[in-house]
Amino acid sequence: MNATMNATATEPQSPLAHLSPEQLDELGREFDAIRDRVAADLGARDRRYIESMIAMQRRLAVISRVLLLAARYRPAKVAGTAALSAAKILENMEIGHNVLHGQWDWMNDPQINSSTWDWDTASTAEAWKHSHNYVHHTFTNILGKDKDLGYEIMRIDPRQSWHPVYLLQPLYNILLMALFEWGVAFHDLDFEAIRKGHKSKAQVKREVAGIFKKAKSQVVKDYVAWPLLSGLAMAAVDVAFEARKELTAAEGRRHWGRRRRGGLAGVLRKALEGGLDSYKSAAAANATANVVRNVWAYAIIFCGHFPDQTYTFSPEEVEDESRGGWYVRQLAGAANIEGSPLFHVASGNLGYQVEHHLFPDLPSTRYAEIAPQVKQICERYGLPYNSGPFGQQLGMVQRTILRLAFPGGTSRPKPGPYRGEDHPAL
Amino acid sequence: MAERGATPQVPPLRRRALHAVRSLFSPLLPDDYLELINPLWSTRELRGRIERIDPETPDAATVLIRPGYEWMGHRPGQYLRIGVVVDGVHHWRAYSLTSEPERPDGCISITPKLVDTGVVSPYLVRRARPGDVVRLGGVEGTFVLSDPPPERLLFVSAGSGITPIMSMLHSLHREDAVRDVVHIHSARSVEGVIFAERLRELERLHPGYSLKLRITGEQGRVGPGDLDRICPDWRERHTYLSGPADMLDAMCGHWEREGDMALLEMERFQPVIGGEPGEGEGGAVRFVKSRVEANCESGTPILVGGEEAGAVLPFGCRMGICHTCVGRLCTGRVRDLRTGDVHGSEGEMIRTCVNAPEGPIEIAL
Repeated sequence: MNATMNATATEPQSPLAHLSPEQLDELGREFDAIRDRVAADLGARDRRYIESMIAMQRRLAVISRVLLLAARYRPAKVAGTAALSAAKILENMEIGHNVLHGQWDWMNDPQINSSTWDWDTASTAEAWKHSHNYVHHTFTNILGKDKDLGYEIMRIDPRQSWHPVYLLQPLYNILLMALFEWGVAFHDLDFEAIRKGHKSKAQVKREVAGIFKKAKSQVVKDYVAWPLLSGLAMAAVDVAFEARKELTAAEGRRHWGRRRRGGLAGVLRKALEGGLDSYKSAAAANATANVVRNVWAYAIIFCGHFPDQTYTFSPEEVEDESRGGWYVRQLAGAANIEGSPLFHVASGNLGYQVEHHLFPDLPSTRYAEIAPQVKQICERYGLPYNSGPFGQQLGMVQRTILRLAFPGGTSRPKPGPYRGEDHPAL
Repeated sequence: MAERGATPQVPPLRRRALHAVRSLFSPLLPDDYLELINPLWSTRELRGRIERIDPETPDAATVLIRPGYEWMGHRPGQYLRIGVVVDGVHHWRAYSLTSEPERPDGCISITPKLVDTGVVSPYLVRRARPGDVVRLGGVEGTFVLSDPPPERLLFVSAGSGITPIMSMLHSLHREDAVRDVVHIHSARSVEGVIFAERLRELERLHPGYSLKLRITGEQGRVGPGDLDRICPDWRERHTYLSGPADMLDAMCGHWEREGDMALLEMERFQPVIGGEPGEGEGGAVRFVKSRVEANCESGTPILVGGEEAGAVLPFGCRMGICHTCVGRLCTGRVRDLRTGDVHGSEGEMIRTCVNAPEGPIEIAL
């Protein structure tokens, strides 16, 4: 057993222990068939979906930026922040994550393509595609190999050995929540690989430079350019307004034969104050939208693999894994979140984490369609189909983070094989 | 990366203005927002709007396109790569331009003929509607009317091979340079003559244009032996030859034997891919990035084998022109299906659409 893990007697039995190699092969063929059916059916309907989603996201972004020009007025600030948060969430999740997965590459579109897409977050597309698409989606939930299992800074599985630093985990959990995009960006660097010398200096340098470039463009956009535009726009409004007031006042004074000095300076001072106020409001609104997006992404992503129902695997368990075995690991290592269609769009369809892990490069819109077929396979092969409401899943994750900050801990009980809608697993 | 249109000729001031405000939109570009208003405003790739579709024959139509920016120009006889979205997928094909470069309205046209088993031609001939947006790629081809045009010309065309010739005729007409042109054109049936009306009109307008129309379904094909009778001075004329491969091969052989090859220009509008079906040994292909393994029979391009095995691979023209489908060869050797040459060394960029494996290979796609 790997030095970083504790063997515990209460380890749940592997979900595929009861399946013979032949059954696993057959199961692999059944999942492959689902994939082939969907791939053959992709067409104009799917293209319309992603195009209209992108168009809607961009309209939302334009509306929010226009509203936030007037961010010093409270209603505009609230509405603008909400719209910008929504735009950023859609951009990262239903669009960015899924496009970068290659889900839309079949369209042969030069723009909506995993090789050319870039997203509004701290991770470069290139680094994220490696750490997420390759490392996480290939070695899903294998202790010591899937670096997304606790992101190398958290203990979320009792088999990870304890260290006093984990006592701080409840604290930095909250920090990670607010600064999630930065956490992911630095996680992509893979400090373990750097420490062990698996990465050349040049590569590390290039990747760090990439993060700084992304950081710069986000800072310039959200904390300099748009707030500045807001400041200038509002200063212009103030100048126009104050100048008009001054003019009418001067008009009145002319009769008394007096001249008032300093009128222009007064106008400019007022405009400067107004502009500065507006700059600050807009920057604050943009910061809020970035944090809202981070918290939402954190919540959805942590619910993907860390709720109680999910299984983790030791490297020994997955030695000589067959295609069918790979499918079962993806299935058992992920958990769905139940929700409305709107919830699924807002979460980039990661509420269908199970389907996403089985078929990471099928368009997200198809996950809801194939979910019943996946459930049916689970039922026939006696496999778990992990799912639960958002609040419950997030609660479980937080409980685990708190409990495992301290030494010890055992695996939570697993729900067992899926037995159809009428037999709730939990 | 998937193929995209040519870089449009955007007024420099506009480009500079868009460049100046780009940090407001990062990681997108101002383009991404402008395209929502009008897809023709893209400064990344040239697009065009279909203005009109005129049926020429029951299965061919002239598609008139207005480019989003000033047309970059072409030489009569060249072809254009055009991208259309059919059932959600971008497809690219090359079609001869049938319009002359000097068109005052700035429009361009192509005249596709329906290929029943095809994807793009059925779309353009049957389904496309005025207002649809298409992508316009580069203009290519060396089969062009020389400038200034030769005094004495002979055009020999058959079927849809007339399309590049039509651009030349339009251009000669526009420049008032139709002085001594003999045009031998073959079509299977009377209804199947593309541009029939336009050709008659040219004949009426220009005494120097002589059309020799041959309906092969009734009169049989024009062979090299017919030339002396139809156009006795063919040896002295600048000749442009465009049509199916067997006609080109027959005529070309005749010119080699009896004519002056320096006066002959030819357009093979369907490059020969695959040649003999038994050619080469084929082999297993491992697509390293897609983690797909495919087996290509002899004569099967790597691209086709990979697609059949379920890999999603980049592709464009599927005829070796556009380089969209290239992948880095990791191990093994490949056979160029157009020439039969076996080549390939580690790290070489291979066009998967026109190369077949020669034994087992690995490619970074």
